Amino acid sequence: MALLDVKNLSISFGGLRAVDSFQLTIEQGELYGLIGPNGAGKTTVFNLLTGVYKPTEGIILLDGKNITGHKTAQINHEGIARTFQNIRLFKEMSVLDNVKAGLHQHYKYSTVAGIFRLPGYYRTEKKMNARAMELLSVFDLDKEADYLASNLPYGKQRKLEIARALATEPKLLLLDEPAAGMNPNETQELMDTIRFVRKEFGMTILLIEHDMRLVSGICEKLTVLNFGRILAQGETSAVLKDKEVITAYLGE
Amino acid sequence: MRFLASLINGISLGSVYAIIALGYTMVYGIAKMLNFAHGDVIMVGAYAAFVMLNQIGLPVYVAIPVSMVVCTVLGLVIERFAYRPLRKAASPLAVLITAIGVSYLLQNLALLIFGANTRSFSSVVHLKSLRLFDGGIIITGEMIVNAVVCVAIMAGLTLFVNKTKQGQAMRAVSEDKGAAQLMGINANGTIALTFAIGAALAAVAGVLMCSSYPALTPYTGAMPGIKAFVAAVFGGIGSIPGAFIGGILLGVIEVLGKSYISSQLGDAIVFSVLIIVLLVKPTGILGKNIQEKV
Repeated sequence: MALLDVKNLSISFGGLRAVDSFQLTIEQGELYGLIGPNGAGKTTVFNLLTGVYKPTEGIILLDGKNITGHKTAQINHEGIARTFQNIRLFKEMSVLDNVKAGLHQHYKYSTVAGIFRLPGYYRTEKKMNARAMELLSVFDLDKEADYLASNLPYGKQRKLEIARALATEPKLLLLDEPAAGMNPNETQELMDTIRFVRKEFGMTILLIEHDMRLVSGICEKLTVLNFGRILAQGETSAVLKDKEVITAYLGE
Repeated sequence: MRFLASLINGISLGSVYAIIALGYTMVYGIAKMLNFAHGDVIMVGAYAAFVMLNQIGLPVYVAIPVSMVVCTVLGLVIERFAYRPLRKAASPLAVLITAIGVSYLLQNLALLIFGANTRSFSSVVHLKSLRLFDGGIIITGEMIVNAVVCVAIMAGLTLFVNKTKQGQAMRAVSEDKGAAQLMGINANGTIALTFAIGAALAAVAGVLMCSSYPALTPYTGAMPGIKAFVAAVFGGIGSIPGAFIGGILLGVIEVLGKSYISSQLGDAIVFSVLIIVLLVKPTGILGKNIQEKV
C-alpha cells in the first residue's frame, strides 16, 4: 500500500481552479519531487495536503487512512509535517524551544502540573529537552540551542525548520523549496542533509523545488504541474526529457 | 509624608490594575484580540465570592478557588461561543465589538440577578494594619496582600509562559498561528487556555479589589477594566512584565494625581497617560517595535 495516495484532488478559489484533478502516489521511503513554473499550484497542493485549505473535490489517503478535510494540527498528528518556502520559525523563541514545540504532541503533562511544578513536569521536560538536543545534534545545531532562532544564519534556519518538522515524528515530510535563496555550496549541503534525513529517519519526502540540479540529483520520481494540472509524472530522468515539460520551463 | 502615603496607596491600587492588565495582555499577546469584557469578568468573580462569603458563609479558602473556577468557566464559555466563531472574520473589529457586547451582557445579567444596589463586600484579608511614623502612614493588610499577590502572579506567569510546554505553545501560537498548527499544536485549545488563565486571574483581581474598595455593583469591573487596559498599553501590550510595570505605574500616577492635582481628575489623568503614551511611544514601555512585513 502506498504511503500517500491522492486521488482527483481539486480546489477552486472563486472561478479559478488552482489545482485540478491532482493525482499522486508516493511509496514508503521514496524521495519525490513536485516541480512546475511559478503559480503552477505547487504550494497549494502542500496546503491541501496539510489541511490549510479544504479541497473542493478529491480524497487524500495517508497510510490507507482518509485524512481529507481534517484539521491542520490533526493532520500533523496523523503524520504529515512540513517546512515553508519563506522560513516560518518561531523567531522569538530559542532554537531548542522551536524543536520542543514540534515535540509537544508526544509528551504530555497537565497544565496544573506545569503551573505548580509537580514532579511530572520536571520528568517530562527533561525527556523533551534530551530528545530535542538529540535532534539538534543530528543537524549540528546543538551548540546554538540557546540562540534565538532569528539569529541563526540562513542555511541553519532551514535545517532547524527540518529538525522542527521531524520532531513531530511524521511519516511524510513535505519540503517547500528548501533550496530557495541558497548558493550552490549551501544547496549541495542541503542535498546531503536531505539524503541523510531520508536514510537516518527512514523518511518519505515530497519536495517542491525550482533548482533543477537538486531535483535531478536526489528525486527518484517527479510530478510536473502547470496551471494547476499535471503535465507529466514518473521517473525523474524520463520526466525531464519530456517535450511538454521542457516547453513549459524553457519556452519554445 | 503625604508623598510616601500616596506612593504606597498607588502601589496597592496599581497592583490590582497590574493583575487585571496581566489578563488583558495575555489574551492580546496570544489571541491578538482586546477582550473588553475582561473587566466584567472581574465583577462576576467578585459577586461569586460575595455570594459565597457573605450570603452562604463559606470560608475564604473555599470561596476564592470556587470563584476562580466560576470565572474560568465563564471565560471559556465566552471564548468558545462569542469569540471563536469570529476569529476568522474578515475584520478584527467584529470580535472587538462582540467583546464590548459581552461586557454589557455581563453587566446587565448582574443587574438582573443582583440588582443595582451597592453591596458591601467584606474584606478577605484579616491582617493588622502597619502604622508607621506614629500613624502618619498606615499600610493596611489589603495593601500588602495586593502587592504580594501581584508579584507572585507576575512571576508565576512569566515562569509558566517561558518554562512549560503549554507556555511554549502560547508563544508559538502568538508568533505564527499557522505554523504552530502545522507543527501539531492545537491553536484553539491554546487560546482557550489563555482565556481560562486570564479569567482565573480576573477572579483574584475582583476579590482583592473589592477587599480594598468594598463597594460592589454590576459596574464595578468596568472602570478598572478600562484602566487596566491603559496600564497594559502603557507597559507594552502583549508583554507580561510590561503589564506589571504599567499597572503599578498607572496606580501610582492616579493616586499622586488625585492627591496633588485634583481628586476629581483622577480618571482624566489616567486617560491622559494613554494619550501621551500613544503619541510618544505607541509600543509602550516594554513593547517591541512591530516590524512591518514586507
